[in-house]
Amino acid sequence: MSKDKKFSDWQKNELAASLKRFPERKEEFSLHGGVEIPRLALPETIDDNYRDRLGFPGQYPYTRGVQPTMYRGRFWTMRQYAGFSSAAESNKRYRYLLDQGTTGLSVAFDLPTQIGYDSDDSMSLGEVGKVGVAIDTLADMEMLFKDIPLDKISTSMTINSPAIVLLAMYVVVAEKQGVTADKLRGTIQNDVLKEYVARGTYIFPPRPSLGLITDIFQWCFANMPLFNTISISGYHIREAGSTAAQEVAFTLANGITYVQTALDAGLELDHFAKRLAFFFNASSNLLEEVAKFRAARRLWARLMKNRFQARKPASMMMRFHTQTAGSSLAAQQIDNNIVRVTIQALAAVFGGTQSLHTNSRDEALSLPTEDSVRTALRTQQIIAHESGVADTVDPFAGSYYIEQLTDSIELAAEDLISKIEQKGGVVSCIEDGFIQRQIEQAAYDYQKEIEAGQRVIVGVNKFQIKEEDKPELLRMNPAVESAQIAALQKVRYERNDDEAQARLATLKVAAESGSNLMEPIIAAVRAYVSLGEICTVLRKIFGEYRD
Amino acid sequence: MTKEQTPFRVLIAKPGLDGHDRGAKFIARALRDQGFEVIYTGIRRTAAEIAATAIQEDVDVVGLSSLSGAHLRLFPEVVRELAARGGSDIPVLGGGVIPDEDITTLLEKGLSGIFTSGTPADAIISSFKKASQHHRNHDSLK
Repeated sequence: MSKDKKFSDWQKNELAASLKRFPERKEEFSLHGGVEIPRLALPETIDDNYRDRLGFPGQYPYTRGVQPTMYRGRFWTMRQYAGFSSAAESNKRYRYLLDQGTTGLSVAFDLPTQIGYDSDDSMSLGEVGKVGVAIDTLADMEMLFKDIPLDKISTSMTINSPAIVLLAMYVVVAEKQGVTADKLRGTIQNDVLKEYVARGTYIFPPRPSLGLITDIFQWCFANMPLFNTISISGYHIREAGSTAAQEVAFTLANGITYVQTALDAGLELDHFAKRLAFFFNASSNLLEEVAKFRAARRLWARLMKNRFQARKPASMMMRFHTQTAGSSLAAQQIDNNIVRVTIQALAAVFGGTQSLHTNSRDEALSLPTEDSVRTALRTQQIIAHESGVADTVDPFAGSYYIEQLTDSIELAAEDLISKIEQKGGVVSCIEDGFIQRQIEQAAYDYQKEIEAGQRVIVGVNKFQIKEEDKPELLRMNPAVESAQIAALQKVRYERNDDEAQARLATLKVAAESGSNLMEPIIAAVRAYVSLGEICTVLRKIFGEYRD
Repeated sequence: MTKEQTPFRVLIAKPGLDGHDRGAKFIARALRDQGFEVIYTGIRRTAAEIAATAIQEDVDVVGLSSLSGAHLRLFPEVVRELAARGGSDIPVLGGGVIPDEDITTLLEKGLSGIFTSGTPADAIISSFKKASQHHRNHDSLK
């Protein structure tokens, strides 16, 4: 084995460079009693088949992971998606999470914010501050990150159709903290295509939305090079009921569309490709999920190399965030959900995720309490520190079943991607409902199996009990909506309105001309123009999508 | 053919801004498989739009779904909008992520039934049947 040229090259190059940059967590990894844990277990002979299909970690096609030492160097980022009610409340939750050892923030916005409505819009009725934090103007964003140093943490923001507005606000908040954009680390979801088929927070039709995404790629390459400009998401596709292979196929097909759109706009592949990130679901079928992550990573590497002719390794590496499957949580016997989440989180870690959100036990009933969130985070910490699964790279490699399943998921996803392309690509397949129908059928079949008892959900269709004790749930302060509306009106009253109107007029001209909108939007949010005001201008020019 | 012999008509609707439509679509299709005529609004409809569609389509029952926590505001709003259009006799059922304590409130505010995660489809379908039958009986008394 040591005579294998590829292996010794990998040791000399990728591994050595990685160890120099990120020393391993411990001098020596061993089992209780002293038996050494290998960094990377390998087959007895390394043949072409191994090299082509698996390779070494941190090396094309990245089946075994994107870093040579994976979690021996550093654990995945433990990033809990959170946000509710007002910016002040959410700021308190973030600081709690940071105190408890979370290593990155992940902002949940409420639905009006995600759909570009101000809190006082009639469309926002009942939704303000419910599934996330309400952000109307820069003032809310300043409160959200109060006393959180943006040069020290990385922030992920789940925002899609109006991503450009929230990104602009983030840049201005950082600037006010004295942090320039080139220091900012994090991810903006910015993946609008899956909104039309799964998640539902679209505003504009697909084509102008793709234009806004390209504006972000371009601006960030020049100004914010450490920030992931998109998180191409299979999570919600799976939550909507797709199979694992469909999750991979639809996500990568969306990825291909973003890459092609950016290339068509004249961007250089190796400039923007390394800032594309992905986001997957971890469901309860542990082995299928492990294979899925490995298959997705290999297929993306092959697509980027062969189809798009990427030259830099970083452009071929699929880095991804994972969240455990919300739809798998049961409202009955909710402590069972902790066990489900543990299995799902293990799948993500075996699959080589870069960051992870673990759901809380009570999320089939409401947003989680602080206690449930802590248990969810502890689940990750136990996997990291106690289970030992992070001590060797890609431990499932070479399992006959896992490798076979990795191959078959990759093949099924490739077939489905070809089918989409034969039908004119993702946008056409959204417009004619092809993708939506595929997901719907899979969801229907799955639910039918549960209803027929062919698929057992413990505590739901088997092993039920009569539950007397009701869990304590998080209750939202009902005054949030009126307080948020009052705060917004105060900002509108106190700002220099002539300036605000002038910024909106400049934005309108820029949007009509088709130029990059990032700078005009930064100027607008700095003048405390609201998200809803900006989106109203863009709605008039781009039109609105309706399903 | 008298109205009693025609299939029950149901409107499945998503009020508010919530995009989680897996449950709503499943119920729509399961009802269709049971012989109901089902109209699904799609996501992100206002209470007024839903009520107007229900009246226009002459449905026997309305089924609402929300998983975003806005049910306490939006479900009763649909009941109100229906009444404002002369549809106070159309029963409204609801489903989603709804804590137990909210169920009582919603029933007090005019909902005819609430289903949460884990309710078997058979139970939901039989509630739709009962509600539709009740509406037809009520109609025939007019």
